[in-house]
Amino acid sequence: MAVQSTSERAEFMRSLGRMYGLYTGGFLAFIILLAVMEQAGVSNRILGYLFVFFTLAVYGIIGIAMRTAEVSEYYVAGRRVPAFYNGMATGADWMSAASFVGMAGSLFLFGYDGLAWVLGWTGGFVLVSILVGPYLRKFGAYTVPDFMAFRYGGNFARFLAVIVLVCCSFTYVTAQIFGTGIIASRFLGMQFEIAVFAGLVGILLCAMLGGMRAVTWTQIAQYIVLIVAYLVPIVILSTKRYGIPIPELTYGQAIQEITAREQELVRTGLATLCTAANCGATTLKPHIQPFMNYTPLNFFGIIFCMMVGTASLPHILMRYFTTPSVREARVSVGWSLLFIFLLYFSAPAYAAFSKLEVYTNIIGRDITQLRPWLFTWGELGLIKVCGKDAINLDAAIAACKAIAGHPGVLRFQDFNINTDVIVLSTPEIAGLPYVISGLVAAGGLAAALSTADGLLLAIANALSHDIYYNMIQPLRSSRQWLIGLLIAVAVVALIFFLGAAPGPFGLEWRWWSLMGLGALVAVVAPLMRNATEIGRRLIMARALLLLVAVASAALASTRPSDILAMVGWAFSLAMAGNFPAIVLGIWWKRATTSGAIWGILAGWGICLFYLVTTRYFPQMGINYFGMTSLLNPETGQPLVDIAKIMADPQWMNQWPAVAANPLANRVGWFDLNNINCGLLGMPLGFLVMIVVSLMGKEPPKEMQALVDEIRKPRGRTVLQEKTT
Amino acid sequence: MQNSSDDVHWKRTTRLMLVHLFIWFFFGYIVHMFVNYLNQFTIPILKFPLGFYMAAQGSLIVFVVMLFVFAWQQDRIDRQHGVAEDD
Repeated sequence: MAVQSTSERAEFMRSLGRMYGLYTGGFLAFIILLAVMEQAGVSNRILGYLFVFFTLAVYGIIGIAMRTAEVSEYYVAGRRVPAFYNGMATGADWMSAASFVGMAGSLFLFGYDGLAWVLGWTGGFVLVSILVGPYLRKFGAYTVPDFMAFRYGGNFARFLAVIVLVCCSFTYVTAQIFGTGIIASRFLGMQFEIAVFAGLVGILLCAMLGGMRAVTWTQIAQYIVLIVAYLVPIVILSTKRYGIPIPELTYGQAIQEITAREQELVRTGLATLCTAANCGATTLKPHIQPFMNYTPLNFFGIIFCMMVGTASLPHILMRYFTTPSVREARVSVGWSLLFIFLLYFSAPAYAAFSKLEVYTNIIGRDITQLRPWLFTWGELGLIKVCGKDAINLDAAIAACKAIAGHPGVLRFQDFNINTDVIVLSTPEIAGLPYVISGLVAAGGLAAALSTADGLLLAIANALSHDIYYNMIQPLRSSRQWLIGLLIAVAVVALIFFLGAAPGPFGLEWRWWSLMGLGALVAVVAPLMRNATEIGRRLIMARALLLLVAVASAALASTRPSDILAMVGWAFSLAMAGNFPAIVLGIWWKRATTSGAIWGILAGWGICLFYLVTTRYFPQMGINYFGMTSLLNPETGQPLVDIAKIMADPQWMNQWPAVAANPLANRVGWFDLNNINCGLLGMPLGFLVMIVVSLMGKEPPKEMQALVDEIRKPRGRTVLQEKTT
Repeated sequence: MQNSSDDVHWKRTTRLMLVHLFIWFFFGYIVHMFVNYLNQFTIPILKFPLGFYMAAQGSLIVFVVMLFVFAWQQDRIDRQHGVAEDD
């Protein structure tokens, strides 16, 4: 690692400023150019393609320009990313398709209760900064499992940490690639499955070639695109409505209007209010009233799990390994949250403006006078009127006529909107030109790609650095072969059992996967043979990255449901598995190896058990583990009638339960939503870790000295001290 | 290896951590427990109900400011005990 002098660093900052300034200017010029082209009559489809392909090309070029063959560049970008820019990169790393597209939608649907996600996904950075991040930076690890291995002396702790990491990152990355597929298919008219793999190419271009270095500089570029794309439509809308271009200030007025309109709807009989006696999907829940969608336990549970999960997610923590110093790591967390805050405090404005539009211009209108922007989304099956897709005006009228006693005026319960539409449709609601819609699509894509990049890198680094370099390579060569063979057999078996679904050209997916794997081995093996020691490690990292990416794209193309829930699970799993071991490892010298191992096993184990049981084997949970139905937060009644469903063999004998199973995700202990499984896991993890640690012998003096070193920013990283 | 200055450094670091953890807990949870009470008040001019505003913006602003203040305070402690990195 090159140590930079102060003047060198200042020069570096200046040149970065020039580069990204130029880039931002170029991006704005590009938008204006496309706006002019639109006026000149270029079709929407072509504008959409130009947007997506130009931004992808830029990310690809940055990725290629920043390719590297140096280990420290590949894993931690040479540790010279300034705090400000690392903050931007973290922002892009953090904000995913769920934040960009999904968050405003949840706020629209849940009102106040949706703010649990906003709070949870911001407050966690406080924990990162004061408890974890800077200390890991001082430690000087390449990956989070690196820290676990050194602190809890041994490869077993490393191995557990890798499993936790792969498990939560893989859940998360699948949701991102899924989001990429949705955006690409919606705006480019591609087939969903093809769009998933097209998005994958964009991701791989940069993560594969240059590792952390390329990902960092690309993520900064992606942050600029995504924040411009998120703010432009809403700023214009706010200016049009209230004459002030700061939507975050003006939407208070919109909320007041929403509340007034809600009361009017109820008074005129256009909507039924959600009450303790009757509350469900067709009743109106006032926007600002709390705890109608989540019980207080689940509301605060989500906040807590998302916050603690933030401080445990490896792909976020490893971003702070790239700063030049511990001091900059701390400042960098501040910048990260500032950049994230810009998007998160605008999301409720999106929700409020959309809701006002729906409540004033859709509900209460004569069906014959519905606004035309509805139908572009109705065609895609995302907006329903009177229970049918609102393809066009005639279809909507016909659907409502079919309902007995329909007044001819659209009522609250007649209208259904998919929450993903909220952000994507705002440009149309505001009557803005198509170029803005294209911009929003490019922004959503940037959000999904940047997060997927970071996640894939975290997984691949853990596999190559921790598993291959630190665990397999040191073994004698005969045992290396044995372990290699075992892994290969396991992978092939897994593919064989899971990949039975029919794939393209009449061939099942498992054959496609095996052929791809064979091709990969054929390319990698000769390269490995001729490469140097360091070269081998990087080739291994890239090959594994490719493998993981393709696997998650394959999973995403099967459309596992609900993105928000999947992301929530990833946070809870990370929290239960990592948080106690990392925090106690830094803050409590007495924490021992066996304490950490048992703590991880118990905490992470219970979280995983709760998740898997409630999602996939709810019958088992009810029969053997005393689980009961979750309750409706407003009425306090059970969500499902368990006795009735248990009597129905269709649902009872379904192993594992599919998403449509009425029991899936609706049973549990203490009325606890399975997103919050970390709430069971983390306390148990802490408890077990402390008890087992106290039962064993105090850790050796050298280990305690190492912890002292982590606590002092001055000096070289702990890993450097140990290796020289 | 461990001397008394380092001990004091760690004590002050721990105290700073606890103070910030408390502020974090207050604005992350306690404030929002009183949302119904706070919603009775409306912020003048902006017209937000106070309880809603705290969850949508208020707490977030506190978190951002807090992080920069923390970075500054911790750095000051590190410098006073001679364990800060060279500039």
